[in-house]
Amino acid sequence: MTKVIRKFTRNVPHWQPRVKPVDLQEASDEQLDALKVTPSNTKVSEYVLTLAHDVESLKVRSPLFNAIMYDKGGMSRSERELGALGASMVNHCIYCAAVHAMRHAQIEKSTEVTDKLFRDGAKADLGTRDRAIFDFAVALSDCPSQAGPEHMQALKEAGLNEAEVLDLILSASLFGWANRLMHVLGDPVRLEDAGK
Amino acid sequence: MALDTTALNSAGIGAGTAVQAAVEGRANIFEMTQAAEEAVLRPKDAGPWSHELRAALAARIAKLNEEAELAARYAADAGNYAALVDPTENGTAQDLAEVVGFMDKVAADTRRVAGADISGLQSAGVADADIVRLAELNAFLAYQIRVIAGLRLMKGMSA
Repeated sequence: MTKVIRKFTRNVPHWQPRVKPVDLQEASDEQLDALKVTPSNTKVSEYVLTLAHDVESLKVRSPLFNAIMYDKGGMSRSERELGALGASMVNHCIYCAAVHAMRHAQIEKSTEVTDKLFRDGAKADLGTRDRAIFDFAVALSDCPSQAGPEHMQALKEAGLNEAEVLDLILSASLFGWANRLMHVLGDPVRLEDAGK
Repeated sequence: MALDTTALNSAGIGAGTAVQAAVEGRANIFEMTQAAEEAVLRPKDAGPWSHELRAALAARIAKLNEEAELAARYAADAGNYAALVDPTENGTAQDLAEVVGFMDKVAADTRRVAGADISGLQSAGVADADIVRLAELNAFLAYQIRVIAGLRLMKGMSA
């Protein structure tokens, strides 16, 4: 038995696909190449096996994701995670929110910000800079985007430079993408026999 | 280096501006973004979703996001599916009502997407691989549209 998780948590759930993932035994050469499957590396997550149904997208997605979240310079790692979290909270992607809240807490060595966000929602009491970052990510994630010059002004006043603002736009936007895969193609669940 | 991508052209980011300088620092990301557009709009293996239908759905999603410029770019390639660019068309005439309803919900009401939306497509005869293809198209557009909206705001700020 499994239980679908509906509340935000930093305790990363298991992701259970709503469609049948690609079966490695039946995968095409192009899929195996994109999955980087070798005789010594056959561990591929169900999520990536699901995305392997669209192998052309999968091949470009992973390097783009890594560049936006991890490339040097610009906005700090933890602030990019906050941008990702803002988007994931708007789209109610429990899985993405858990992963990126957990990473934010790890980088910051503090759960204070993500505790407040999960407890009090978007109105949580944040510092000026985090407030400006989170509010922009939330506004940009609406459909259509509600981000306006007032959000840009707040980012500028909080001290973000052009390179940092661009990284925030990219990380929040990227989770508009990731949320529409994770939240749409599967459920975040707790496996009852999986311990915690 | 001259970057020629849909995102930068749609947001009107010109040379010699502060925004352009920031963009140059992330040139690899804008190049990969354009490669991703190719993969979802014009894939070699399109499955049952032709390039024309993908362009129509992309233009429709841009419209739902009030991105008129981007919508017009994609609509130009919509061919026989041009009617679907209009968000008031529900897809019945094209025998795509389930697909169009799914795409609209994923684009505009993401948080309410549930298992029933996937099983609805499966019941309508859409194969699992083709559901993933629809989700990837939709998901990429959510990203590209927001990058454009953000860049336009940056441009307004530094003007």
